[in-house]
Amino acid sequence: MTAAVEVRDVCRAFHTRSGMMASEHVVRAVDGVSFNLQPGAVLGVVGESGCGKSTLARLILGLLPASSGDLLVDGRRLASLDRRERAQLIQPVFQNPYSSLNPRQRVRDMVGLLLAAQNDIPVSKRLDRVMEMLVRVGLSAEMAERFPKQLSGGQRQRVAIARALVLRPRIVVCDELTSALDVSVQAQSLNLLAELWRELGLTYVFISHNLAVVEHIATEVAVMYLSRFVEQAPVDALFWDPRHPDTQALLASVLTPEPDQGVPDGGLGDTYPDPADIPPGCRFHPRCPVVFDRCRTDAPDGIVRDGRLTECLRS
Amino acid sequence: MWPVLEVANLQVTFGDSVAAVRGASLTVNRGETHCLVGESGCGKSVTALAVMNLPARGTERRADVPRFHDTDLRRLSERGMARLRGNKVAMVFQEPMTSLNPAYTIGSQMAEVLQRHRRASRVQALDRAAELLGRVGITAPDIRLKQYPHQLSGGLRQRVMIAMALMCEPELLIADEPTTALDVTVQTQILRLLQTLQRELGLALLLITYDLGIVARMAQHVSVMYAGEVVESAPVEELFAAPTHPYTRGLLACIPVPGGLAARCTARQHSRRGAAHRAQLRRLCVPRPLRTRDAGVRRTNRLPLCRRGQGEGFGAARCTLLVLSPTTRETGPPLSLPIAARLAMC
Repeated sequence: MTAAVEVRDVCRAFHTRSGMMASEHVVRAVDGVSFNLQPGAVLGVVGESGCGKSTLARLILGLLPASSGDLLVDGRRLASLDRRERAQLIQPVFQNPYSSLNPRQRVRDMVGLLLAAQNDIPVSKRLDRVMEMLVRVGLSAEMAERFPKQLSGGQRQRVAIARALVLRPRIVVCDELTSALDVSVQAQSLNLLAELWRELGLTYVFISHNLAVVEHIATEVAVMYLSRFVEQAPVDALFWDPRHPDTQALLASVLTPEPDQGVPDGGLGDTYPDPADIPPGCRFHPRCPVVFDRCRTDAPDGIVRDGRLTECLRS
Repeated sequence: MWPVLEVANLQVTFGDSVAAVRGASLTVNRGETHCLVGESGCGKSVTALAVMNLPARGTERRADVPRFHDTDLRRLSERGMARLRGNKVAMVFQEPMTSLNPAYTIGSQMAEVLQRHRRASRVQALDRAAELLGRVGITAPDIRLKQYPHQLSGGLRQRVMIAMALMCEPELLIADEPTTALDVTVQTQILRLLQTLQRELGLALLLITYDLGIVARMAQHVSVMYAGEVVESAPVEELFAAPTHPYTRGLLACIPVPGGLAARCTARQHSRRGAAHRAQLRRLCVPRPLRTRDAGVRRTNRLPLCRRGQGEGFGAARCTLLVLSPTTRETGPPLSLPIAARLAMC
């Protein structure tokens, strides 16, 4: 079976200069990420902010070219697809439905724009498909004539989802879908996504920093630290048996409702990672609570134990 | 017990139609964390803003005793209130994106607080700002001080807000969802910082959140708000061990805990409280801020069919919200709850 998304050793570097005469910094936002995602799977990507999750999403969507490495979507090289073909295969749902919807367009025009951009769909069929999709995501027909300001947060997110799905893509990339939303709207969007996933057989790449959300929706979880996947495993394995110290620290930081426990110490210290200055050896070693000598010199890249990627020399 | 903030019977109305807070009472003691929990729209943030005397236009506020130490906040002039805000009483607002001034650098915004209230020199104020930025986990504070808000990510801006609130070592800090936008690792770090400050300075903290994990770990006292009323108020252990109000019980039944952790969690009976509770919750409707003219019929209005009962005063739950009979069909949208709570129900 062809993988829905195949990523082979992808890197993306940004070159920044702090002043005109200053020397150039290279920020390696994604640094050698590889994974295979089977059709129908949901890959949750978690990690601290600034670890490169969103850059990875933009690479998979083809919104940013990779510096090196291969990206295959549905068995075809992403770089070889033109925009129309790409739009039919893979679509994004963005973070904030308050800013990602054009305030001056009606819902039907916004959703229909994707169909209009595909030259082969006749005008007469466009509105039918828009309406069908709006009903599919639980919006009534009269919503089609409305402007975004006339919609509630939950309805806007539904419009954003309808827009992503109207071309019937195989793969949907959700980047921090829930973090800008009110809790009740978060739940609505997630339930809708889960329902559409089951019914339409979609594949999701689901990026979030909320572990509870990822656990709910994902079938597979990757933990990203400083531009790399440091652990990747099926969802139950990862949450029940976290092996990488970063995963363990993330899970230890989740506050369970135990009044007598106090706020836990994640054990990662006060230093923060800087993607412009990736440490030698294991990139996690400056913060690692179980660091030993070899960590400072040997990079644990691509270590697989029991069929799980665990980039840790102790694993 | 040394009350820093006392508010009794706080009423906030917008215009003459919406009653956002209807008789909320709370006390925050020195060195204590008081958590205000409830879903969005229940009046938590409005309560905080009313205490800070920062109501939106067209808002009417009434309260029996809004007191900060011995100062009656009702009697305070706008100037007197301005002297208090940012100095003895500080607030961390919910949206870090909009609460910093985009036209000034982080450093000048932070320094202003100390210059104004403590008559510190700019250099002293900037030193203090750099020190605090370091404590909230911002690397290279000297560079950050020279940057503008748009150059920082959301998480960084939120940490700047927290550092700014702590500039004058306030006696009371009102924090409105201070860590909602942050990663779990940064969240624990900031919560630990707040606890340290509490030990060192006796800071009284009014923490507004919907995350019961934070409540459990931080609070000494918890008030649960629902539709503008404090429906239950109790010490944290009591609330988690024996919640009285059905709404509180529902909230506790749906605590978001990743499964692997839930199994190891000693208080897991709460998260496993079972299908019965979830079924009950699903039958409840979303409460809206009530229109004042509905006041007489509000209970029946909100909950189509409920056996009503009302507890007395504090400590007891004010049970204005009772579970629907199982035969009633729910018509409204389901009750909004923290995300994984809702997930647990579905």
